[in-house]
Amino acid sequence: MSNKPIQVTVDRLKRIAHIPDRPKKPLDPTTCPKCESHFRDEEMVANARVCTNCGHHFPITARARLDHLSGGSGWREIWTELRASDPLQFVDLEPYPDRARKAEQKTGLGEAVVVAELEVEGQPCVAAVMDFAFMGGSMGSVVGEKIARACDRSIELGVPLIAVSASGGARMQEGVLALMQMAKTVVGFEEMADARLPVIVVLAHPTTGGVWASFAALGDFTYAEPGALISFSGPRVIEQTTREKLPPDFGLAESQLKNGQIDDIVDRRDLPQRIGRVLRICERPDLAQAPTLAQHLSEASGDRMGKVAEGIAHTVTHTIPRFPGKVVKKVGQAVDARRKKGTVE
Amino acid sequence: MSSRPGGRFVRRITERLHHAPAPSEAWDAIQLARHQDRPYPLDYISRICTEFEELHGDRYNGEDPAIVAGIGRFNDHPLVIIGEQKGRDTQERTFRNFGMPSPEGYRKAMRAMDLAVKLRVPLLTLIDTPGAFPGSGAEERGQGGAIARSIAAMVRIPVPTVAVIIGEGSSGGALAIGVADRVLILENATYSVISPEGGAAILWRDAAKARLAADAFNPTAATCYRFGIVDSVVPEPAGGAHLDHDEAARHLGQYVERQFRELSALPDADRLRQRRLRFRRLGAHREYAIGDPAAVASGRVESGAPKP
Repeated sequence: MSNKPIQVTVDRLKRIAHIPDRPKKPLDPTTCPKCESHFRDEEMVANARVCTNCGHHFPITARARLDHLSGGSGWREIWTELRASDPLQFVDLEPYPDRARKAEQKTGLGEAVVVAELEVEGQPCVAAVMDFAFMGGSMGSVVGEKIARACDRSIELGVPLIAVSASGGARMQEGVLALMQMAKTVVGFEEMADARLPVIVVLAHPTTGGVWASFAALGDFTYAEPGALISFSGPRVIEQTTREKLPPDFGLAESQLKNGQIDDIVDRRDLPQRIGRVLRICERPDLAQAPTLAQHLSEASGDRMGKVAEGIAHTVTHTIPRFPGKVVKKVGQAVDARRKKGTVE
Repeated sequence: MSSRPGGRFVRRITERLHHAPAPSEAWDAIQLARHQDRPYPLDYISRICTEFEELHGDRYNGEDPAIVAGIGRFNDHPLVIIGEQKGRDTQERTFRNFGMPSPEGYRKAMRAMDLAVKLRVPLLTLIDTPGAFPGSGAEERGQGGAIARSIAAMVRIPVPTVAVIIGEGSSGGALAIGVADRVLILENATYSVISPEGGAAILWRDAAKARLAADAFNPTAATCYRFGIVDSVVPEPAGGAHLDHDEAARHLGQYVERQFRELSALPDADRLRQRRLRFRRLGAHREYAIGDPAAVASGRVESGAPKP
């Protein structure tokens, strides 16, 4: 009974002693966080969301990047109809389907990657561009599938692939299936190797975790944007696990160039020219006729790998004899859109 | 002032009872998978192989004891084995870096894969790691690239390959040597995108919520089998592999032998194609036709029509 007033006093003292820092006014998306220069929207678009004063690279949406890469010559998005499914019925602070839906409403994207056919500097190619705004650009089943299909489409058209990564890593909410997407994207890139087609990877800020440990590290040409964080484990995880004090430039594109992990750092405004040059150098009119290993394999077995893999309606309905009482669930309920003629492409 | 004597005490007890963690299959499996007496790759190798010669060093700049690699005699045939090795006592654990491989380890593994290809010998990998080592040195020496290249090498090698998750398989550190023709998992082993502690730190922003994360990820053998990620589940001795290493190794040997027998009957090209398709197919997604009424009904906004 007697401790009641004391508690109140302590509480009050605490309240007085604790003066919260005045929250910093959040910068609006067109103000540079480094030099605080302000830009108008049309300036941002014209400069590909790069600060003309200090060279800071703002985050850019996947579609804006495609506009920029194609130089206004237009692009055609493919596989817009793929959506995440919730195999684990995952709930963390909110259910996964809610998170996905919110991300879709916020970004207007179906998933964290946009695949498109386009021309860069007049050179035809396929691009898979990730968008960090959609759930941290995390790689779930849809992202894996779209990137693998982008490889298939490149092979089909006989054109190079451009992959632009911006991702925090594998999508936790899909559990071990998200891990498998690392293997899936690498398989796609291996197909590209068999088809003798070049792959250009552009690492945007940030490229970490499972994305950096799979396809993003396997480009024939690997460029990074200035200041992009490129690492497998994030700096926070490293500091917590090993209690190391990390230098401020840890994992940034500039230090990864010194470490020999990337080919060059390219300013976003120069990217289309740079990619265009690589595509021009690698252009091979004779290659279209050259049979790929995938075709060799298909001749032996009667189907073409890319075709088989395309639009797989993946449903696993194994029964598990060793674990009785477990409810066997349908994993994916993919609708094979391809079968509904005339709805795709 | 409490209204009843002992009210606070009673309340505290009820609170405790209320918050007692519910029994969790996933959490139990994780504890078993991490059991310190659980057999590690070298324990299995010494039991399933009559002789074993270990390789050291990645031939670039270092040696990583977290990965053991070498060639052994299995059923009177040579077999290249790569395993992720944890330590049993404190000293060995530090030496093995708790089974967390560095880029050197993955490069050593790729060396062993090259040997398998050269000699046309099948490859067995034994996975048991909390994840690839998160250190600034490992990052500078190309941890991400090493894992990616190891995955690519496993996609490419023409010999029959079998991967077995024998303990804890977490993150890209496990997958780096896990892309095989056949993937098996031990009954009490776990396979997940991240350790429950790591997942809790990211999703709940609190590493102490590991139990909750374990239930959400449910990284058990049953889950992996249900998703088609593993081809079969290897039984363990009653109570877990840590109780009887010999019996556990006998089961593992039998299962692995059967897989290799099936795989070596296939021509190389077919096997490679099947391996690629196997991993190409894994995943769960929905696919709508644009303007599909089902999509509209579910409240999803279709992304805009493709640009001309």
